[in-house]
Order: sequence, then C-alpha cells, then structure tokens
Amino acid sequence: MEKLLNEDVSKQIKDYLSPMKNNITLVLFTEGDCQTCKETQQLLLEVSQLSDKITVVEKDLKSPEAKEYDISLTPSFVILNDEGVYQGVKFNGIPAGHEINSFLSALMDMSGHDFGFDPSVKARLDKLTRKINIKVFVTLSCPHCPPAVSNAHRLAMSHPMIEGEMIEAQTFPEISNQFNVSGVPKIIIDGTRELVGNQPIEAFLKEIEALA
Amino acid sequence: MFEISVDKFKESNIFETTELFDFLVVGGGPAGLNAALYARRKGLKVGVLTPEVGGQLHNTSEVDNYIGIQNIKGGALSDAFLKHTLELEVPIKTGHFVIKIDKVDERFEVTLDNQQVFYAKTLLYATGGSPRKLDIPGEEQYANIGVSYCTTCDAPFFKNEHVIVSGGGNSAAESVIDLAAWASKITVVHRSQWRADQILLDQHKKIPNLTVHLETQLKEVYGDGLRMKGVKAFDKVNQKEIDIPADGLFIEIGTIPKSDLIQHLAETNEQGEVIVDRDQMTSCPGLFSAGDVTTQPYKQIIISAGEGATAALAATNYIIHHS
Repeated sequence: MEKLLNEDVSKQIKDYLSPMKNNITLVLFTEGDCQTCKETQQLLLEVSQLSDKITVVEKDLKSPEAKEYDISLTPSFVILNDEGVYQGVKFNGIPAGHEINSFLSALMDMSGHDFGFDPSVKARLDKLTRKINIKVFVTLSCPHCPPAVSNAHRLAMSHPMIEGEMIEAQTFPEISNQFNVSGVPKIIIDGTRELVGNQPIEAFLKEIEALA
Repeated sequence: MFEISVDKFKESNIFETTELFDFLVVGGGPAGLNAALYARRKGLKVGVLTPEVGGQLHNTSEVDNYIGIQNIKGGALSDAFLKHTLELEVPIKTGHFVIKIDKVDERFEVTLDNQQVFYAKTLLYATGGSPRKLDIPGEEQYANIGVSYCTTCDAPFFKNEHVIVSGGGNSAAESVIDLAAWASKITVVHRSQWRADQILLDQHKKIPNLTVHLETQLKEVYGDGLRMKGVKAFDKVNQKEIDIPADGLFIEIGTIPKSDLIQHLAETNEQGEVIVDRDQMTSCPGLFSAGDVTTQPYKQIIISAGEGATAALAATNYIIHHS
C-alpha cells in the first residue's frame, strides 16, 4: 500500500516527537477487514517508525488484553506508559484529518511531557470513588475536536479513575446514533452527561464532580 | 488527509515568569496574531494567550479574499499566520481559557483557567465572536441533533440528507458550497437579500438541488424530540407560512461578540461589541480591542488583521507616553 504519511508530514511528525521522554506502547485491536482497520494499522506503524520510543503491538478482540482494556470496537488502540500500564487513553477509529493532532499530543503526553495541569485537578479527581468514562465523538474534518479529545485523555492520565476515549463518529454510526450524535465535538461523561464543543477543563471537572 | 497543527510551535517559558508584559494579547485569530507580530517587531515584550490558534479561520473552508493569497483553506491561512508570528519568536500559550481580566494600579491582570496570572502594561482584547443564534423555538432543543453552527465539523453527518442553511452572507454562501459535497438537497432560508460575494453565488449555479427562499423568516425548528425534522418559516413576499421538512439546519448568521471578560472595564454597544477609537483603544486607557469583538461592521479576516496592527502600533506609542 502507498504510504499514508508523505515525506513532508513524516518530517513534521518526527520533529514533533523528537523531545519524547519515555518509551510507550500502542496496542492496536483490529478484526478482519473492518472499516479503516488497515489504514489505522498502517498509520500506527508509520508513526512508530518516526520515533524509537514507540512500539506497536497488535491484538484481536478475543485476546485477554481486549477484555482488560474494555475494547468493543475495531479499529481501536490504547497507549500504554513506559511500565506497560493502561492509563485510560483510547482511540476508536483512525486519528486522521484534524485528529492527528490529538494522537500526536497523546503520544507526547504519555511519554512524560508535562501538559501543564494545575495540581488542584488531581486533588479534585481524588474524591472519585468509582471509574468515570469520557467519550469524545469527533469527525476528521472538525478543527475544534482535537483539544476536546486531548482534555479527556489528559484527565485520564491524571487519574486512574478516569478513562478517555475518542470515537470517530463516521466509522461507528451505531454508537454515534446511540448517543444521538450529529454535532461534534460531543462529549459524553459516564454515559449520561453531555458537553458540546471545545470546553475548558473546568467544564469537564464540573460534570465529573456532579456525578461523584 | 492529515491536518497537522500541533507541531507548529513549542511553548515558550516566558509564561513561567512573573515579569510584566508590555503588550499581552488575548485571542489567537488574525487580529491577535498580527498585533503580536507588529508589537514584537517594535521590540515590545509580548505574549499571546488563546485556547486555540486561528480563531474563526478554522470554521472557514476556503479563503479567497485575502490579497496576495489565493484559494487557501482557513486552517492553512491560520498556519501561515502562526508560522510568520513564530519566526519572530512570539510566545503563544494555547490550551487554556482566560477567565478574568482586571486593571489594578495601572496594570492589567489576566487569569487563566489553571489560575496562572499574567501582568501587562497594555492589553489587546481580540477574542472574536461565537456563532449567533436565531433565538427561535426549537433551536436550542435541537442544537447538535440537527441544528449546527459549524459546517466543516458537522457536514459529514448529513450525507444524502436534506439540509437548510440560514443566512445571507459569505459564511452562509460558503456553507452551501461545503454542504454540496455531502447533502442530497440544500435549501437556503434568509430573512432578506443575499449579501454574499457574487463570486460565491456564481458557484451556487453549479449545485443541483439548491433552493433559495429569500425574504423568508425562520420561525421554528421542530422535531420528534430526538432529532429535528424540519422548520417553519414565513414567506414575507407571499405573506404565507411555509413548512420545510429537513434533517439539518446550519445557522450561519454572523457572530456574537465575546466581550464578557472586559465589560466591567470598557464600554460596549447594545450588541455587546467593544467600542474603540481610531487607535483601537477602548474607553479604558491601555486596553485595546480589535477584530470581530469590536463595533467594526465588516467582519473580515484582513480587516481584523489590520486592526491588530493598528492596536500594536498605538500600544507602542501609549507605552512611550505613559512610562
């Protein structure tokens, strides 16, 4: 297959990833010839070739890892930290178009780059007594979506009680319809509470605290 | 296929200091970035605070009225502005929203949502606008379940469906062109006549299944509770109510100025637009404003950029005369 990342884009990504600190692992789940599975696999492999700190591991839905990371859609992938620990950072569907930005941010953040959250964020999440899932529905043509995805992922990296997942709405119409998505970014917290648009981290925290 | 913007800059550690800025810019659209460029060239200690770089440029698919640059995507023009600004090593802090602006003892205090506070001798407020709403029954109920304010974001949800575009300016005309790639049928409903550039309206002639209702006022969005199903409107020429069943409504009727953070400091007009003088200075000395948040009636990229330049030059003079 032809390369997804042309020379210019590859160079930009390589430069961007050069300050990565720790090793990370991408665990990709695919199933047969599912929509965008091949492209997602190829994207992850091409990006991993641009940094020696990125390893890609491929699994299927029957693997114990799929259960461990609660994977039900394909393609999906999670990003593990340098100790191989899942910190709740998940992508469902290919992070192409504008979403390449939330993907690259997540790689940097997971490798130990400081994303500048105030310490009070973790303190507020410490009050959680159960796990909270944050879904961020996106389209690849949405310029306001990557910051919303990054916020969800950074909250997940800040606290073990939070899981953040990007869901590419066109690839997964069923779950998009289930949550009645026809405008993005649409943020669903714990399956019930909704935020629309690129929201400050405070808006996420208020919704999460309302659930606690 | 890949719209990379994340790698275009690295945050400067200038924002870790508590040093006083000469000129602090709130907003990263054309006005804010051009102001930062001009201020930096003048040798001012400048910084930009913005949740996202590019502002409303990202809601624009094609820009073809910025002289010297033909047929460029809104995002690409934003990248070009950013690249030029960064070549002068202007520090830009993104990812955080400004939540408070005050003036204390002749200096401005700007607080971010992470509680960081910055201080400046002069401040440019260039936050632009957020999409204006129609304020009709059903609009809020069906927001994001049929009603959309971002064509580039949401057009893919309306593949082979019938959508309505509300508005008569360039944004509405461009929205029609963008939606033509997805929707099977497009209907424009606008309360008066087209104000859009003729060059855009000429492109509409190539779009099949485009119907235009001018002099028609939207009255109501209706649906089944889960999704919108259509709109009711009033045809002012024929003096009759019309019902248009449709799957989506894209509202492109301009912006509401995001002036809330300085309304306690500077005068605004009835619409909430910040009132400025010929130097782009507000009624609050040292506080400048530029772009779509001001009373300037023609909301255009090149005009916002020009206003940013004026503000930076005027702020330079202001600092000389007040220090």
